[in-house]
Parts: sequence; structure tokens; C-alpha cells
Amino acid sequence: MVDLNTLDVRRLLCPMPVIKTQDRVKLLTVGDQLTILCTDPGVLYDIPSWCRINGHKVISCEEGNSEITIIVEVG
Amino acid sequence: MYNQRPTLTESQWFMIKQRKAVALISGGLDSMLAARVILDQGIHVEGINFYTGFCVEGHTHAIRKKDRQKQKRNNALWVAEQLGIKLHIIDVIEDYKDVLINPKHGYGQNLNPCLDCKIFMVNKAQGWAWMAENNFDFIITGEVIGQRPMSQRKDTMPVIARESGAEDRLLRPLCAKNLPATLPEREGWVDRGKLFDFSGRGRKPQMALAAKFGFEEYSQPAGGCCFLTDKSYSDKLVDLWRSRGSREYALDDIMLLKVGRHIRPGKNFKLIVSREEGENNYLEGYRKDFTSLHTISHNGPLALLDGDANDEEIRLAAAIVARYSQGKNSDKVSVRVQYLNGNTRDLDVVPLAASEVADDWHI
Repeated sequence: MVDLNTLDVRRLLCPMPVIKTQDRVKLLTVGDQLTILCTDPGVLYDIPSWCRINGHKVISCEEGNSEITIIVEVG
Repeated sequence: MYNQRPTLTESQWFMIKQRKAVALISGGLDSMLAARVILDQGIHVEGINFYTGFCVEGHTHAIRKKDRQKQKRNNALWVAEQLGIKLHIIDVIEDYKDVLINPKHGYGQNLNPCLDCKIFMVNKAQGWAWMAENNFDFIITGEVIGQRPMSQRKDTMPVIARESGAEDRLLRPLCAKNLPATLPEREGWVDRGKLFDFSGRGRKPQMALAAKFGFEEYSQPAGGCCFLTDKSYSDKLVDLWRSRGSREYALDDIMLLKVGRHIRPGKNFKLIVSREEGENNYLEGYRKDFTSLHTISHNGPLALLDGDANDEEIRLAAAIVARYSQGKNSDKVSVRVQYLNGNTRDLDVVPLAASEVADDWHI
């Protein structure tokens, strides 16, 4: 069963992680949290920017050695 | 004397429809200005940005280590944020294939089907169900007559309006005064007197308008925002199609054309050789999909082998990979070959000399 609250966009380059996030958020409801797993450092700007534009909230951005995990709360 | 708003009752104000426009936002200055001009006329504007797979935005910045210090933002998102509008980014990779493979109006200097591309994007916006469901009235673009030799000419402007189906609901605020009045102008939704008459390739009017709006920072990519305008990229795409005998492609195919040296020593295979650590890391993600080669006796690149190669050709491939390693002047370099089934084989090869890598191998 697909875990709607986790999105794996590793290897994808921007803007695909944003597009996938946008599509996934449409399936969620206000207050839901979405964990996004990424490798493109471009997401550090793009996903928060997309969230600000669309009224969602970035709960956290964590950078590992080669991966980035972003948690977004749907607004 | 002050301009006075007409005296209307609250219910009359309520009945005046808030007009809405969808703005095609590329991330460049012109579409940013066009959207701002219309916003200033009290129109509700939301942006739309189409991702074809060939958009320059961000990709190579994300891959190459030397580019990592550059700003990695997506300019369309940035523009939307500056304007305070929503932006919808739409994946059109699949639908765009037909535009690229069968452009009705042909290609520009390289594989850029600019006119068909613009028609496609306006048509996509026009036919976008969301636009109708949310009662959007018209579409705006940042086109300027004469700005681009193929798609932005006086004679192609009506072609785009007609063939996209947008007809007179397509407004170009930056050059509207050089064109017949569109529906939003005739209906008084926007004031034609406050639109512009820009034309030609010069950028001074746009820069002056940007200054007037207080836009100090904006993107103006040379050659536009599409890899298809780039000769080197187009040559690689033609080579890909020729080698496969088909013009089909997947997203991974066109992404890999942006990375590394592409070397074709034979019709049946080519090598994609990383040029630095960032590309090495990126190609790592594709190792399970290709036969790969990397040097083990010296520091060196990772290479993917695209196609089918016999033992002799694999040995040649290894010598080429060795040529780009730190062992290029050594008598012997060890190269590990990893096949698609996961099996590996180590080869000792003499690196090719620069003169042995034929010019026409480089795609």
C-alpha cells in the first residue's frame, strides 16, 4: 500500500521534486504532514518557495551526506 | 481634481466580476514584467510553468560540483514569489514529445521547435481544465515582437493565437499596442493605454520597465530557457535518435545528454564519461541500468556504456576511460567493468593517447 505521507524523489532534479510534491499534496488534507526524500540540493530553495507561494508550511529541512529530507505541513 | 471611483452600492461592487488571467511564467524577465503589468490593472493573476524535460532551470547546476556555488533556485518559482502570485508547474514531458518530433512549423537553428512550442504551451494553458473550472478569462505571455527570430515575430503572433485555440483571449502586454486589440482590451477588463509597444531584440525597454517596478534581480538566460537551442545538446539528441533508429526518448535519456563527455567509438555503443565528482555521483544513480566502467588503479571517471559492445570494444572503452583518469600517462591502468547482470571484470589497459581519440568520436 502506498504511503501517501512519504514521497521519494531521490535522483530527480528540480523541478520534478516540486511537481511530485505538488501532485502529492493534492491528495492530502490540511494539517497532514508529507516527508519528502530528495537528492537535488535545488529542493532546499524550491520546495520552501513553492510552500510559501501556496500556503503550506515547511516543518524541517535536514541535509545528510547525500540526501535531503524535507517535512511539509499541508496548509 | 481627484479621480473618483463611481458610486456603487455594495451589492453592485459584488456583482463586478473579478477578472482572472493565467500568465505563462518562464522565469525570465519578460514574462515577469507581463504578469506585473496585468496585476497592476487589478486583474487576479496566477502563473503556469510547463516542464518539458528540456528546461535549463537548475539541472546542470544540481549535477556539476563546480556549479554548486551558483544559485540553485527555480526562477519561475522565484518570479512567482516576487510577484506574490501562485504558480502551477505542470509536467508535460510526454505530451511534448510530439512537439519535438513532429514540429509543424519546423526547427530553429538547432532542434528548437520554438513556434510549435509556444503554440503547445498556450494551447495547454487554454485547454487546462483548471482554468475553466476556476473561471479564468484570458492568458498572458511575455512575448515581444521581434524578440525571437522564430516564434516572436509579427507574423507568428496571430499563428500562435489561432493554432493554440486561445484566439483573442491571448494578450501580450509588452507589445499589445503593436497588435490588434484582444478581448480583454475590447471589453475593458484591461486598459490598452497602459500596455506597451515593445519590439525588436533590444532589452532596454524591458530593463527600464524592470527598474520602474523595482526589479533589481532577474534572470535573462542567453539563448532562452531551453536546452534545444543549444547546438551541442541538439547534436547529442540527434546522435541518440540515429543510434536507436527511432526518435523516441525517455526522461532519463534526455537528462543524461546534459551530463559528461559523450564519446561514440562505434555505431553500436557510446560512452558517457563523467568530467568531475558531481557528474560521477549523478551517473552512479544510473549504474544499474548500464554496463559501467571505472578505473581502480588510479582516480578517474565513471563511465556508462550505452549500447552493445563486444569484448574487443569493451577493451577499447576501458582504454578510453583510462585516458581520462589520473593514470593517463601510465603504461597500465586497471579498469573495472560492471555488467548489467552485476558481474564484474577487471581489465588492464594502456590508456589511449589524446591523438588516438578520434575527433569524430566526440558527439
